[in-house]
Amino acid sequence: MSLVLSPEEQAIAAGHDGAAMAMRIVAESARLLGAPRLIPIASTHIDGALYHGDSGTLFAERLVEGGAKVAVRSTLNVGALDLMGCSRIRLEEPQRGMARRMMEAYRKLGCEQSWTCAPYQAGHRPEQGSDVAWGESNAVVFCNSVLGARTNRYGDFLDIACAIVGRAPDYGLHRPENRRAWLVFDVSGLSASFLASEIAWPVLGSLYGREVGNAIGVVTGIANHPGEDALKAFGAAAASSGAVGLFHIAGVTPEAPDAETILSGHAPETVIRVTPQMAAKARAGLSTATDHASIDAVAIGSPHLSDDEFDLLERSIAGRRLAVPIYACTGRHALAALERNGRRKALEASGVVIVADTCVVVTPIMPQLSGGVLMTNSGKFAHYAPGNTGYAVLYASLADCVESAVLGKPVFTDIAA
Amino acid sequence: MNAAEILVPGKTGEGEALVLTAPISFWGGVDPKTGRITDVRHPQHGQSISGRVLFLPGTIGSSSASAVLMELVHNGRAPAALVLHEPDAILLLGLIVAREMGWQTPMAVRLGSDKFDSIRGKLAVVNADGSIVLRISKEDSAS
Repeated sequence: MSLVLSPEEQAIAAGHDGAAMAMRIVAESARLLGAPRLIPIASTHIDGALYHGDSGTLFAERLVEGGAKVAVRSTLNVGALDLMGCSRIRLEEPQRGMARRMMEAYRKLGCEQSWTCAPYQAGHRPEQGSDVAWGESNAVVFCNSVLGARTNRYGDFLDIACAIVGRAPDYGLHRPENRRAWLVFDVSGLSASFLASEIAWPVLGSLYGREVGNAIGVVTGIANHPGEDALKAFGAAAASSGAVGLFHIAGVTPEAPDAETILSGHAPETVIRVTPQMAAKARAGLSTATDHASIDAVAIGSPHLSDDEFDLLERSIAGRRLAVPIYACTGRHALAALERNGRRKALEASGVVIVADTCVVVTPIMPQLSGGVLMTNSGKFAHYAPGNTGYAVLYASLADCVESAVLGKPVFTDIAA
Repeated sequence: MNAAEILVPGKTGEGEALVLTAPISFWGGVDPKTGRITDVRHPQHGQSISGRVLFLPGTIGSSSASAVLMELVHNGRAPAALVLHEPDAILLLGLIVAREMGWQTPMAVRLGSDKFDSIRGKLAVVNADGSIVLRISKEDSAS
């Protein structure tokens, strides 16, 4: 079926302004995807404002010059700079200036200055069943899986183009029939103590992503809702190790009241029974460091830390002085609560470096260090830090990360899978 | 030899064929300044896609692939043409947006990867109608 545009859409595409350019980009993508038409969307989350080179800045500025404005609510993912001035970014001129121009252009297009990869914890929560166009892999998977809103993985440029025209190609996960599960990922063979631990979710997410790739599965064997931060960690890890855009957890996520419903009454094509050995191997696979004698830094907050996660960080540090810094990445939405009662100053006095609007794997923040060792509780940081920062990583729970930062050497609490 | 379907129109291309034997993630896998394949785990690691007729069995990974391809176009380091096993809307968006910017972009055409093996090491020409013609490369004729 080939793409049919409405007369109104055709008229917009025939123009010479920014909206025309955006409509042509959306229509060309729809044609390549085999979408029969465009559908209206309720909101967008835009990953395209992170600087990768001058061409992206010039594109955003061309849209601004053409008078384009977003037609629907649009939040921004991280940029390459910390506009709140919490941390020092080592990006040099002329790249620094181009990154700033890019962030400014997206502001002028009418996007909200959210600058976070956790927009869903910054007040942007589309309704279940609504069509949206979201970018950034963890935001996409959370939006689909935990909120039950419908989005594909929107890449750079298409996200802002959809925001300007308020429409998206009708294909993939926008269609209800494409959202059902085909395989079962059964974790009932793991110990209750492991499943109740914080590390279970990034570890299982990492394993899930590697096992399923881009297929849609349902996780079974979870007795209680693990909390939103756990689902955030699972999705982020799964979307780093695989191309996961949507997962279901029976009895937890909104489209899967139980496994049978989300399998649409079919037998699963594959059942993955997760063993303690598989979980242990996945946990070990999140670390790349071989020298365990000392660590140089801890990084947390991928996806960006929530208020609850900052509470946990404060309680774990308990006023102690850190031997190596903890880089705590978050969005400006979480800063307001931190500014109250001197909480941010107290954390910084302990040795925490708050990073706002961006994070340590997308822009240079941590010192360049050959043979550096980074500890993290994030499956996503564990995946990207070696390639993007040059640091080897050690994966551990937040409690172990904090104890290790206090001592300057790695401490692990054993949690048997 | 092959009448391939045109995915994104552009400048006709000629260059030494580079046939990738594994899918690639452009973001984190190709240097946007030089076109060199930087992913150490990729079988063609160290080769440059710049100026080559690039045969892609598939792409994986980040949705910023479009940004990397557009940056290659802007820096004059794009492949001479792209030949894809199947359309990849995220990657090809880089060409679509570059065209909108008025920059000269290479053509992207579709060809089944079962035909890729016979192409390795040859000089490939992608014509305006999408057809792909192979010539024996200079190295082969010299040997």
